Amino acid sequence: MNAIALPQADARPILRERGQHEVFCGLTGIVWLHRKIQDAFFLVVGSRTCAHLIQSAAGVMIFAEPRFATAILQDKDLAGLTDANEELDRVVSRLVLRRPDIKLLFLVGSCPSEVIKLDLSRAALRLSRALGPQVRVLNYSGSGIETTFTQGEDACLASMVPELPESLEGERNLLVVGALPDVVEDQFQRLFDALGIPVRFFPPRRSTQLPPLTPGTKFLLAQPFLASTAHALEERGAKRLASPFPFGVEGTTAWFEAAAKAFGVPEATVASVLAPAQQRAQTALGQVREKLAGKRIFFFPDSQLEVPLARFLSRELKMELVEVGTPYLHQEHLGPDLALLPANTVVSEGQDVERQLDRCRAAKPDLVVCGLGLANPLEVEGLATKWSIELVFTPIHGFEQAGDLAELFARPLLRRTRLMV
Amino acid sequence: MQLTVWTYEGPPHVGAMRVVTAMRGVHYVLHAPQGDTYADLLFTMIERRQVRPPVTYTTFQARDLGKDTAEIFKRSAREAYERFKPDLVVVGASCTAELIQDDPAGIGQTIGIPVPVVPVEFSAYQHKENHGASETLYRLVRACTQGVAKKTERAPGPPSCNLLGPTALGFRHRDDVTEITRLLAQLGVTVNVVASLGASPADLARLPDADFNVVLYREVGESAARYLTKTYGQPAVTTVPLGVGATRDFIKEVAALAKVDPEPVLSQVNSRLPWYTRSVDSTYLTGKRVFIFGDGTHVLAAARIATEELGFTVVGLGSYSRELARDLRAAAAHYGVEALISDDHLEVEETIARLHPELVLGTQMERHTAKRLGLPCAVISAPVHVQDFPARYSPQMGFEGANVIFDTWVHPLMMGLEEHLLSMFREDFEFGEGAGPSHLGAHAVKERSVEAQPAVVPAPVAAPSPAAQQPVAAAPAPVVKPEQPAGAVVTSWTPEAEKELKKIPFFVRGKARRNTERFAQERNIAQITLETLYDAKAHFRS
Ligand code: SF4
Repeated sequence: MNAIALPQADARPILRERGQHEVFCGLTGIVWLHRKIQDAFFLVVGSRTCAHLIQSAAGVMIFAEPRFATAILQDKDLAGLTDANEELDRVVSRLVLRRPDIKLLFLVGSCPSEVIKLDLSRAALRLSRALGPQVRVLNYSGSGIETTFTQGEDACLASMVPELPESLEGERNLLVVGALPDVVEDQFQRLFDALGIPVRFFPPRRSTQLPPLTPGTKFLLAQPFLASTAHALEERGAKRLASPFPFGVEGTTAWFEAAAKAFGVPEATVASVLAPAQQRAQTALGQVREKLAGKRIFFFPDSQLEVPLARFLSRELKMELVEVGTPYLHQEHLGPDLALLPANTVVSEGQDVERQLDRCRAAKPDLVVCGLGLANPLEVEGLATKWSIELVFTPIHGFEQAGDLAELFARPLLRRTRLMV
Repeated sequence: MQLTVWTYEGPPHVGAMRVVTAMRGVHYVLHAPQGDTYADLLFTMIERRQVRPPVTYTTFQARDLGKDTAEIFKRSAREAYERFKPDLVVVGASCTAELIQDDPAGIGQTIGIPVPVVPVEFSAYQHKENHGASETLYRLVRACTQGVAKKTERAPGPPSCNLLGPTALGFRHRDDVTEITRLLAQLGVTVNVVASLGASPADLARLPDADFNVVLYREVGESAARYLTKTYGQPAVTTVPLGVGATRDFIKEVAALAKVDPEPVLSQVNSRLPWYTRSVDSTYLTGKRVFIFGDGTHVLAAARIATEELGFTVVGLGSYSRELARDLRAAAAHYGVEALISDDHLEVEETIARLHPELVLGTQMERHTAKRLGLPCAVISAPVHVQDFPARYSPQMGFEGANVIFDTWVHPLMMGLEEHLLSMFREDFEFGEGAGPSHLGAHAVKERSVEAQPAVVPAPVAAPSPAAQQPVAAAPAPVVKPEQPAGAVVTSWTPEAEKELKKIPFFVRGKARRNTERFAQERNIAQITLETLYDAKAHFRS
């Protein structure tokens, strides 16, 4: 399919492609979201394929009882929507009986439920009335016809925004938006405390602790894939602070500075609060830089983390960017990161996987960042790869993780130098 | 709607992928949304295939619906043909595309691709992976043999057969094919075609050349075999050579069809199983209570091996293969148990908990269940896990397969003995309470509390993390309920009974304690007396 180059705001041509996408759908987000919100249950209304996808992405998880499941549509559910709704109510009431610990239930739409037009928002309202106030029922779509991979988190968080309580006190506060590993959240909390900025995190660890929105709420995105969540928050009057994303020393510094500026924290305070962590991160990066400097890297689209990660690798580790592919490019949210990419970097949006593989083979990069379906075959062809999914499941944000993040890219290269077989 | 956490089988189009991925010169154009491309990783990560599955997904989106999804399908099919130049194209729909009714089968015939286009269609809301594989193999066999006339006379040369059923992502298929090919060679029988593993469409066209067929995996190979019998009069060997006895029967059955003498091969069986199982140290295997669950082919075989070759007692068997339900029920009746035909892993788990076997022979799901219940377990069937593709040669079929099975099944029991010793000496100063049985790994003790702890990272093992190196699997851990339902009677022991218990030899003491407590709980006996202890003993003896 045709790739059209269009001039963008920063005059960078974006390669837009619409062919086969080799990316997970939004259901995948359940794998990390259910670990984050500890009293929420995710019920996918879908097919056996949906159940199999989550199972394959979740891998060998050994949890006492995972807080997700799939209500697999059967032939008879397709016969009539009334029956499908009745079935859904039956499945949900059984589930709620068995799991009294659930406070928030997400009905997660899939391709099949969207195509048969099963209205999950009405179902959620109906079930909320029936099960409230003990259990709240929300819905969002993680379907592959509407969402890629991380957009599932976006849809999930956006569905929670109307639930955020309003607090009329003019208290100013900061909301950090995007699911972060608890360890990262705690580090950020300590830094914001030291800066004197009142901060809340969204999503919260428990659904009963939703952060309030006040007229003065400002928010910082911690993840680059939260377009609809940001939009929903803005609709409710919260103001987004623009910043590069908090990866690497530069990104994390800019991110905290954006907050500090909005909350009137003196520059000297910011500098002294961040300095120790920056120092540690620099030392950690220094050890990896020599392994990565000058190496050429190629990103296949996956998590939408590609642009800020490319910025980090190019500016702080001196890697050379061959192509930065991303499933969806949010020009506004990614503007500050895009502006920091070298002018000659090819940025591509969407995918035609076969054509992209052709470009990749022709470019012979030193490292390819790609999904699990592509990694081993590319290794066989002689290209070193880094699985992109690990970037979503590993703590990589902030100062303390900057070294780990760099290490993730260095390890495949290091391995190749060791092996003699 | 069926509430499901983990599934034994994927959707039918994944079965179709297993067949086409196993073949050469075939490309599959699948009308499906982007998320369905996850299926590629099953082959590249779990099986570690070196090339991507030959599948083009149309990855249509919501905005295409009602407009040009059929157009996208046409374009994808044409582009896939141009790029890969296959000898044959398979077209079909995944569950979502089935609903939008673009008719890939019809379109496939009209887009002017100059090679055969074979449609495969399933009811994705009814059928599952093995059905998909079976149906695809059957369709391909039918399409490729179209116009091939039935032989009036057999060609000169040694007797030959086809092996039907092996696919990509199959449980030990790779090594089984090697083992059975060798065994057949010993009998002087050549393998004409293996379908589908490694076959091209031209190879499938040669299927009718063989004298007979061998069905290795019934769930996948039986429909194709039936078709070949009907159309070409080829008989099929139905004994699956799993275990020593079945392999002997297989040899006889093959020899009869090939008109060769089986005796030279039968007289020099080189399996160690018959001796090992007779050696005195195997005495303790006698009457071990086993529960068996998996696909139909492997469960039927495992029940025979368990009883006839290891001297176990089958206390329950079941399968998720509904297509073999009749045979499974018959086998269950033969062993005096009921067959559990179910794809609900919770039901399987409840059954295991209730039967409390001494060994579980199951899938990766049962492995996790057994781990939680503290029972030894060996894996005998798909769904596959990265561990089911070992680097070493490790067939299940034939005499070498029987050796592998002996080791695989007995190993957890030996370890189980070690566990008994460990719990026996648990109170000794050298053994802390925290020391878990070594074969369960360091996780065994900790796992139970995982959910209770706050998560440190959002998803610890969705992808192999550098620390855990846990590979992505098709079969993750199933749900387990607390072992004791709330409100169950708490049993205590009278000092007298406790003293008596200590007199029981240490290696059976743990079991005696568990059995007695279970016996007491089932009868709401709050305090275990001497009397209870001996009542329980008598109960479990009978
Ligand atoms: S792409 Fe659609 S059908 Fe496929 S797993 Fe995702 S939601 Fe289910």
